[in-house]
Amino acid sequence: MNVHEYQAKDLMRQFNIAVLKGGVANTPAEAVEVAKKLDTKVWVVKAQIHAGGRGKGGGVKLARSLEEVEKLAGEILGMQLVTHQTGPEGKKVLKVLVEQGCDIEHEYYCGIVLDRTVGKVAMMVSTEGGMDIETVAHNTPEKIIKAHIDPATGFTPAHGRKLGYALGLKGDPLKKAISFFENLYKLYIEKDCSIAEINPLVTTKQGDVLALDGKLNFDDNALFRHPEIEAMRDITEESEQELEAGKFGLSYISLDGNIGCLVNGAGLAMATLDILKLHGGTPANFLDVGGGATKETVQKAFSIILEDKNVKAILVNIFGGIMKCDIIAHGVVDAAKELELSVPLVVRLEGTNVALGKKILSESGLKITPAGDLADAAAKAVAAAKGGK
Amino acid sequence: MAILIDRNTRLITIGLTGKQGTFHTLQSRDYGTNVVGGVTPGKGGIVHEGIPVFNTTYEAVKETGANAAMIFVPPPFAADSIIECIDSEIPLIICITEGIPVLDMIKVKAALKGSNSRLIGPNCPGVITPGECKIGIMPGHIHMPGNVGVISRSGTLTYEAVYQLTQREIGQSTCVGIGGDPVNGTNFIEVLEMFEKDPETKAVIMIGEIGGTAETDAARWIKANMTKPVVSFIAGAAAPKGKRMGHAGAIISGEDDSAEAKFKILQECGVTIARSPAELGQKISEVLKK
Repeated sequence: MNVHEYQAKDLMRQFNIAVLKGGVANTPAEAVEVAKKLDTKVWVVKAQIHAGGRGKGGGVKLARSLEEVEKLAGEILGMQLVTHQTGPEGKKVLKVLVEQGCDIEHEYYCGIVLDRTVGKVAMMVSTEGGMDIETVAHNTPEKIIKAHIDPATGFTPAHGRKLGYALGLKGDPLKKAISFFENLYKLYIEKDCSIAEINPLVTTKQGDVLALDGKLNFDDNALFRHPEIEAMRDITEESEQELEAGKFGLSYISLDGNIGCLVNGAGLAMATLDILKLHGGTPANFLDVGGGATKETVQKAFSIILEDKNVKAILVNIFGGIMKCDIIAHGVVDAAKELELSVPLVVRLEGTNVALGKKILSESGLKITPAGDLADAAAKAVAAAKGGK
Repeated sequence: MAILIDRNTRLITIGLTGKQGTFHTLQSRDYGTNVVGGVTPGKGGIVHEGIPVFNTTYEAVKETGANAAMIFVPPPFAADSIIECIDSEIPLIICITEGIPVLDMIKVKAALKGSNSRLIGPNCPGVITPGECKIGIMPGHIHMPGNVGVISRSGTLTYEAVYQLTQREIGQSTCVGIGGDPVNGTNFIEVLEMFEKDPETKAVIMIGEIGGTAETDAARWIKANMTKPVVSFIAGAAAPKGKRMGHAGAIISGEDDSAEAKFKILQECGVTIARSPAELGQKISEVLKK
């Protein structure tokens, strides 16, 4: 799960991680109220959307007066902000963060992620702050310094010194950076983050070390123990269908093709998209019904797939393990009848209770194209989508 | 022979009395697995479906001499169950549970180091040695005994591969689902090494996915150490970029982890690649004929 910058910074304050003073606003008038409370001559107005690259897209502006705060907040609020992460349609800005400005001396990068190759959390820093860190990692990997943190020791002063000295810091800023790193690690662990990224982390002319930007992602599997994080969810940032699917234990991702897919298991679902492409088709979605699907969830899956008006054919590909083929077959039949399915339906069933499942489908009186193996299923679905145009 | 499990395996199920635990334990027993006990705290002393239940894993191992455990405990408590099994020194722990928090698994990973246990999973279909022993949720009837080892990060995609083999009357030595989570107990290389040493295994299918470097690490290991042919498919060539992982995940390796990049490295390392998941059976029969 993802949160906004202003929410990430609120959490960081709770962990004594230095950030600039500021507050969130929904209207230009609220932005001025926030700005008045800040002891500063320069304000920064920042669009709050989940995507990165907001500055380049025109979503981050500097104001030198309260009038300018109001004017810029008015421009940014409601704008359709396009960045390299939003896609060409962009994202509507509903909130802005108003912050005091600061005198930046140097920009750094600091991030915490899981390093899956060793199964440990790693903190990374770089002197190349403010840049696209993926580019830095690709072109100059030596400029990224990592510290792997053992869960038994946690973050120790040694980790802090390694990273702080690697950034070339000394004296008071070094001490402040070490405590910054330690507190960020504490936040990452206590709140079950999956990413904590500060880009840039800055030193100021006054000798402070603070987070100019802050991005936190959380492990969805750990949200059960963090109702306070779940409460920060901004549903306007999430796809309606994906949210709806999630409520039923379905994993759904919308794509731009015309063959709707209903598959069990993430690996087989990905492989189904792959084989459709290999056969010259284009998938309309990724949909994993999971292992515990019932007749109702299969029906729900169908209705979500059919909400996409580009869908010209549907491919059901089920390999029953936990999932029993007869349950899927019942769900398919009921959904097809209830939703008055008008697009061609190709069904491939295999595994647990397959004979029963096939019998249910053939006795349903519905026009279903049965498929034998995976390649056959893909070929038939691609042909059906082309014929349906 | 085969690897990991065989006729001599003595299994206990952790979370036996739950719905999933009961169903799949009985399925495993029907397949021929020697199920010697189960664990559900608070239900110790009862006999469930003819299987004695214990309050703790420690007690279950002491009383039954179990040498393998299958875990069906809900995600918030599953890591604790794995740690309980490690503490009981069970040699093989197979965790089926999906959705364990990553930070819990990091602690488990640390607990495994230097212990007497091997963990397969979590979030995996389990392990099967066809005709001898099944521990997990895979449909037993699609398998047949033989000489191809199967390793995979995915559940249903493994069934797909196995099904293609059995259709061609190519049997399997052992099929191992290592699980789809970012932190798991056993990686591709460790299983490849077991297959390399297993006299019954003549060839291996390795099914990977986009994300991470497990497959490319395995590819390099194969090039340096493996004498048996390996056929591989990577799922996710058509998956949208960046949907599954935040961009910081890729930084740590500084390496491209797309399906395309993985196929390329696998091929360079002498692995036979199947571009289509429907070609796995055919490719294996080709390498077996060579």
